[in-house]
Amino acid sequence: MTTIISLTILGVLTLFLGIMKKQSWLLPVILLGLVVSMVLTLRDWNTFSSYYNGMIIVDNVSVAFSMALIFSAFLIFSLAAHYYRGVLRPLDDIYGVMIFALLGAVMMTSYGNLIMLFLGIETLSIALYVLAGSHKEAVTSNEATLKYFLLGSFLSGFLLFGIALIYGSSGSFDLGRISAFVTSCAGIYPPMFLAGLFLLIIGLAFKIAVVPFHFWAPDVYEGTPTLLTAFMATVVKTAAIIAMYRFFTHTFHGIHGVWDTTIWVMAALTILLGNLTGLYQPNLKRMLAYSSISHSGYMLLAVVAFSAMSDNALLLYTLSYSIATILAFAILILIREAHGNDYFSSLNGLAKTNPSIAFCLTIAMLSLAGIPPLAGFMAKYYLFTTALEQGLLWLVIVAIAGSAISVAYYFKPIMAMYLKESNGIKLMVETPYKVSIFFMALLVVLIGILPFLVIGLL
Amino acid sequence: MTTLQSIPIQYYLVFCSLLFSIGVVGVLIKRNALVILMSIELMINSINLLLAAFSAYTNDPAGQIFVFFIMVVAAAEVAIGLAIVVLIYRTTHTIDINVLNKLRW
Repeated sequence: MTTIISLTILGVLTLFLGIMKKQSWLLPVILLGLVVSMVLTLRDWNTFSSYYNGMIIVDNVSVAFSMALIFSAFLIFSLAAHYYRGVLRPLDDIYGVMIFALLGAVMMTSYGNLIMLFLGIETLSIALYVLAGSHKEAVTSNEATLKYFLLGSFLSGFLLFGIALIYGSSGSFDLGRISAFVTSCAGIYPPMFLAGLFLLIIGLAFKIAVVPFHFWAPDVYEGTPTLLTAFMATVVKTAAIIAMYRFFTHTFHGIHGVWDTTIWVMAALTILLGNLTGLYQPNLKRMLAYSSISHSGYMLLAVVAFSAMSDNALLLYTLSYSIATILAFAILILIREAHGNDYFSSLNGLAKTNPSIAFCLTIAMLSLAGIPPLAGFMAKYYLFTTALEQGLLWLVIVAIAGSAISVAYYFKPIMAMYLKESNGIKLMVETPYKVSIFFMALLVVLIGILPFLVIGLL
Repeated sequence: MTTLQSIPIQYYLVFCSLLFSIGVVGVLIKRNALVILMSIELMINSINLLLAAFSAYTNDPAGQIFVFFIMVVAAAEVAIGLAIVVLIYRTTHTIDINVLNKLRW
């Protein structure tokens, strides 16, 4: 709860600093504010409280994932000074909207009522529609925002219809009472309830971008300004997956026989299609978009394989995925600035001109592919063992096959950087930006070597 | 028994599902961004009606309260949506969504 309050205050403060024309204060205040909200969030650890008649539930899962979300946002804001350095107009609106989107994401981790879930999703989405179109002069950005807006509000309608049908059959929006209703049904569920459940799956699946509701993702990711694409691929995806996870594992665990085949099929399709389509992408940004689609498939494994271990496995997975993805996007920003595009040929010979940057991108790619001893490997290891313990042998086989396919396209940039001749353009990097890149690369290695830092938490 | 409750709940359910389907079909077949926005509004309003009906039948005010939240969110969404349509019109001089072909999968 303190997280939500502190982030709201931070967002308003950001807009206020914009009115006061204190542009140079913006980023320091935001970074400090995010650290303060992380500290305030940590104080809720082990408290297990609920607020406003169960509207918001704060437990260790929500605290841990809120921390992961705020930390991802912190990493993204640490890149903002470099990304927006040539922009002369005030930036308080973009930063403020980003913080409000983060607020929506935090609400999605700690909701105890379907009303809060809907409000969280909409706070997040409406902020994102603005962010996707924030590069007003670019036609691609305009197109991305219109596509995202039309599809997003269309699918929000389905989510809402699902909520209405569940309310109609169970008589409450409260997750605890819906859960009690599920138990009282004892195996015979009203068709209205099941219809609501599947409409809700559709609505949430769209936000996570899993097959067959993923078509918007590559286009929107490509058109959105790169820094905000990093925000979409990490913060938004983590929030949506944890919203789905909490909903299905805590409220609907009693009827997992009804929905787990659907999620199973969606996870398998997402992993296979995401990775196979990823092979054919001409540029790094679209490749990362497909990479993020296929990773949402892996994360769905945790929803199907709910057990005592899956909380930890999902936390480790989202954290390692987010850090590696933000690292990859940080370097993508540099490449797009220097070359004006992000085709794989722009990466040629990067190992000779900027060896340290090339090494960091290699770490990010290897971690996303799941090569030991990096974070991505450990995350996949724990997630797959959790799934195996729940008897999901075939799904794990599909996931491992998908990871094997993904190695092919994650090695494309690495081969370009190390084996191809350089085109002589050196990337210009300031020291603070370099520090954040090295910090993220260090974290990826550190989590890979010492997964116990994360895995024993929940 | 109120006036609202004298009509069976199935009637509301069918009516709202039909309205919702009209909205869905409108989004799928129309090419004009403004008409699509209107269709989305139709979907959301059919849900509002359904929630109010459920709320009246179960004598539980939560559903009607939720309708207010949905109205606020829908208003915010339309404000953003119209701004986006204006943005598109400025760059392309049309609001036909077939112009959205710069990005492809």
